[in-house]
Amino acid sequence: MDFQLDEDQRALRRGLRDVLEGRFGRDALRAAVDAPRLDRELWRALGDAGFFALCLPEDAGGVGLGLPEAVLAFEEAGRVLLPGPAVATFLAAGEVAGAAEGKTVVTAVAGPFVPCLEEADVVLGDAAGAVALRSVDPLTPLHRVPERAPGGDARDLPGGEAQGPRAVLLRAAEQLGSAARTGELAVQHARQREQFGGPVGRFQAVQHLCADMLVRAELARVAVYAAAVTGDPLEAVGARLLADDAAVRNARDCLQAHGGMGFTWESDVHLHLKRAWVRAGLGGGAAEAEEALAAAL
Amino acid sequence: MDLTYTEEEEDFRAGLRAWLAEVLPKLPGKPSPDDWPGRRAYDTAWQRTLYDAGYGEVHWDASPTRRLIFLEETEKAGAPYVGANFVGLLHAGPTIASEGTAEQRERWLPPMLRGDEVWCQGFSEPDAGSDLASLRTRAWRDGDDYVVSGSKIWTSHAEVADWCELLVRTTPVSADVPKHRGITWLALPMDAAGITVRPLRTLAGSAEFAEVFLDEVRVPVANRVGAENDGWRVTMVTLSFERGTAFVGEVVACRRLLGDLARAARANGRWDDPVLRRGLGRLSAEFAALWRLTQWNVSEAQRTGGVPGVGGSVFKLRYSHARQELYDTAAQVLGPGALDLDEPWTRERLSSLSYTIAAGTSQIQRNIVAERILGLPKGR
Repeated sequence: MDFQLDEDQRALRRGLRDVLEGRFGRDALRAAVDAPRLDRELWRALGDAGFFALCLPEDAGGVGLGLPEAVLAFEEAGRVLLPGPAVATFLAAGEVAGAAEGKTVVTAVAGPFVPCLEEADVVLGDAAGAVALRSVDPLTPLHRVPERAPGGDARDLPGGEAQGPRAVLLRAAEQLGSAARTGELAVQHARQREQFGGPVGRFQAVQHLCADMLVRAELARVAVYAAAVTGDPLEAVGARLLADDAAVRNARDCLQAHGGMGFTWESDVHLHLKRAWVRAGLGGGAAEAEEALAAAL
Repeated sequence: MDLTYTEEEEDFRAGLRAWLAEVLPKLPGKPSPDDWPGRRAYDTAWQRTLYDAGYGEVHWDASPTRRLIFLEETEKAGAPYVGANFVGLLHAGPTIASEGTAEQRERWLPPMLRGDEVWCQGFSEPDAGSDLASLRTRAWRDGDDYVVSGSKIWTSHAEVADWCELLVRTTPVSADVPKHRGITWLALPMDAAGITVRPLRTLAGSAEFAEVFLDEVRVPVANRVGAENDGWRVTMVTLSFERGTAFVGEVVACRRLLGDLARAARANGRWDDPVLRRGLGRLSAEFAALWRLTQWNVSEAQRTGGVPGVGGSVFKLRYSHARQELYDTAAQVLGPGALDLDEPWTRERLSSLSYTIAAGTSQIQRNIVAERILGLPKGR
């Protein structure tokens, strides 16, 4: 047993962080917020970097890596708040022409929503009758799909993979990346912001907020990584619950740690919170996940 | 990232399983929790059984993974806990092994491993809890002895222990001597004159630990481990030892308890309550992740040669909270039975109230995380 990142995985993470921060750093993020649209150049750049083809076999033009590496990639995507239907495109690589290269943008019905419906080239799942709503997340346009009559397992439908264990796990990895990032932002702010003659991070009330954020992110981390290693669908469901919780609550605590600045549009904190809400929503209700875990007890 | 065990580790597991299946049915019944001599005899007999089968030193195994497998398998098989041997095998023993002289190791370690001698711990004091380094039990030299006066608290197994790993102040705190510098580690023979043990009754009604009063107790200088005034460093070696594998058995136990709880709820109809079911589902995710965190921490310890990393405090914070939640959920399953002390869950629920306090309160753990891991300024 060696449940730690190996050298290759560390190198992969470093490489992906460089690509993502270089190509979608803070300036790019804020520019995207000011003018939301799907950045096809960014999409192709990610394709060129092998992002979408990470798990495709090498003889199919892919990188030939596994789910653990995919999870590391999506954790990094979550850190920088990469916009667009990256999970659906990633899972469509090899099946939908151009997805692996980032030339075709693929979205999929997820829970009661379809993200980025208008800008995507291919929509998987039954999006008939989908109605646009004004999305809480400025970077994730959302359509609501009408409630379908019960019957038919979603996994039997085309695009059912969008609700399958791999999609659940990759979204959880994005949540993990966001939770870790908001934890870092809170600590950074607590070190720099001075009140009463020193950094506010010297107050235990603030310290304990930050400590709890780390605990949430680290527990979600091992849950997500382990589910990727075992490939167990139920473990992915559990990881998703912990990762949703970590992303949403860490963003809330990060906002609190930032005080008044956290409530402003120019701070990035609200972008993390809103995206975390959206990702949790795409996974369907937490109730279903909790029921699935309870049923297995 | 690899969650599979090596062939050598799987062989160790298989051998242990086979051995447990053979010896556990022959064990005598467990003594009553209030029968201290009985508990000592039971626990030391189990240690002797382990020793005779070659598992006596398993807690000191250089491989954290083998320690994890041992704790996992013994818990799953329902084997006895380390019990009265805890302080010896997991605190005092590793300290003596690492910091003691050859004579000290020869004197104290073999009887500890055979289950012949039991140790207790004299660290905390009424006025030195989270701030352990402020301890005030005094020791001064008189010929070849230290003379010790003061009092200790929260000492488990004090009534039945042969030895106490004792922290004393040998140099008073002053402008030149910070509180960590004047502390010395002594092995106190519990039959020495001047020792009074007073059991402390917990809120659960049981006497789990004791106060120990020391009135000019003579301890030979030869019983000092490490240099005079170097006891704080010596102790930190001890305290860091158990991190990583400290809670392996408990996490395995919690996952089993969760299954028991689901069965009980299905049997008494509470399972029809979706709020309760969902709570159990979430706890299941929580404890599954805590098990993965244990494997993560053990793998880290394996790589770094046993140096505890970030994981210990993170684990302790989340685990202690989750375990209390488990018993609060058990109370919902029990319904009116939650107020009945004859329900084992009710007694366990009371005991669980100590988890966020013992071995470093959750608040101190958060301070440690904030200052040592996150690098925030020293708190106030």
